[in-house]
Amino acid sequence: MTTFTVPIDNGDSVRIAEEESQRTLYPYVTGTSIVAIKYKDGVLMASDMGGSYGSTLRYKNIERVKAIGKHSLLGASGEISDFQEILRYLDELTLNDNMWDDGNSLGPKEIHNYLTRVMYNRRNKFNPLWNTLVLGGVKNGKSYLGMVSMIGVSFEDDHVATGFGNHLARPILRDEWHADLSFEDGVKLLEKCMRVLLYRDRSAINKLQIAKITEEGVTVSQPYSLKTFWEFSSFHNPTAGAEGSW
Amino acid sequence: MSQSYVDLPPKGGFSFDLCKRNDMLTQKGLKAPSFLKTGTTIVGLIFKDGVILGADTRATEGPIVADKNCEKIHYMAPNIYCCGAGTAADTEAVTDMVSSQLRLHRYQTGRDSRVITALTLLKKHLFGYQGHVSAALVLGGVDITGPHLHTIYPHGSTDTLPFATMGSGSLAAMSVFEAKYKEGLTRDEGIKLVAEAICSGIFNDLGSGSNVDICVITKGHKEYLRNYMEPNPRTYVSSKGYSFTKKTEVLLTKITPLSERVEIVEVAGEAMEE
Repeated sequence: MTTFTVPIDNGDSVRIAEEESQRTLYPYVTGTSIVAIKYKDGVLMASDMGGSYGSTLRYKNIERVKAIGKHSLLGASGEISDFQEILRYLDELTLNDNMWDDGNSLGPKEIHNYLTRVMYNRRNKFNPLWNTLVLGGVKNGKSYLGMVSMIGVSFEDDHVATGFGNHLARPILRDEWHADLSFEDGVKLLEKCMRVLLYRDRSAINKLQIAKITEEGVTVSQPYSLKTFWEFSSFHNPTAGAEGSW
Repeated sequence: MSQSYVDLPPKGGFSFDLCKRNDMLTQKGLKAPSFLKTGTTIVGLIFKDGVILGADTRATEGPIVADKNCEKIHYMAPNIYCCGAGTAADTEAVTDMVSSQLRLHRYQTGRDSRVITALTLLKKHLFGYQGHVSAALVLGGVDITGPHLHTIYPHGSTDTLPFATMGSGSLAAMSVFEAKYKEGLTRDEGIKLVAEAICSGIFNDLGSGSNVDICVITKGHKEYLRNYMEPNPRTYVSSKGYSFTKKTEVLLTKITPLSERVEIVEVAGEAMEE
């Protein structure tokens, strides 16, 4: 006599299976580093416009720095779809806020706090938004620059960098940033960092935008490319002294 | 007991005999001891008259600093030096070995060693061990054909470059080089740039620290600047210094023999009989 067990219709297991497949497990379309600094009149943020799909450079026209309200700039590296979701959340937030119609507007500190809560809570549910966000802004004359990672680590600093920028741009910023940089000096510093990233980060592309936020408002530059230098004499004939080597 | 195969003596190369035992031990929960790694920043650059090599001086064993002031720039030949990153024993052993081979070669040929000779010897050795010898090297020197700078990876691949960095602090140091390197640097500019790159590694990478060592190699001349820069001095040093007041005094000298001296007299014919 054969016995067999009949699976009880456990609706839970079906639901759990559905939930499992909907958690973010790995990123698909990703943006590389963001570098941002405080300068004399506000905050400058630089990013390239590439969206990689694994090792393919799939999208070359993604704006990874967006204005939020009148006072803030949000830059994101990591999963692009999660960045778009975050922009949607922030849209809802600003809309709800506008409906009060009391002249108040969300400043960078408030938005940074909101994003920290969102990122941390998602991380606690094991369903993170796979981004590292950079929040910069100016309100009432005070500039603010902060960062939130996908696990909810959040802090404020005079200069921040995400992704590869952590390793390549941070040393340069630590050495050469100082308070009250002029706009030109700030842009030069950011371009220095972005150039090193262009040389040494495989997912960087030579098409970048620099965004500026001051008390007056937000300006996002047109995309442009950096000049690179390849004319070292050793590059022309690398094996001059070492025949057969490479 | 019969053996179905002949036990051949080991022909050389890595002996993998203990791998099965190690596997079994790790499965049972034993954590293998971590290697003394040099979690490092090492750099090299070519300037107008030759090559400048630089290195930090911290040797780590996991999260602990094992040696605060180790030497990572190894001597290969009077005109060739090599910086090493990775497992300290491996870099030490492999550079010592190739250094001896180069010396023997110099005796045989009667000429100065060339950098590509060192390069080929190192590369062959490391490739043969398929990356198990964990040595990442920056090899630089000036020989009859000019100044040369090479990087060698643990698996045996090499690069010939005008400026190079290796080790855990390589990205921090490379960002300084990519931003500031130009061709035809003078000696002082080159030393300054190398020191800056090493400092970038020391302050931005946790695996690197302590002091900056620099080695300048030009045609016919070399300068080994040990601890060229010490940007991490001891914060608090006792200003009074240390004085030990009382020395040990000798109170009495007396010699007491421990055992009696006994005279042995050999009588002929009786010794060693039964």
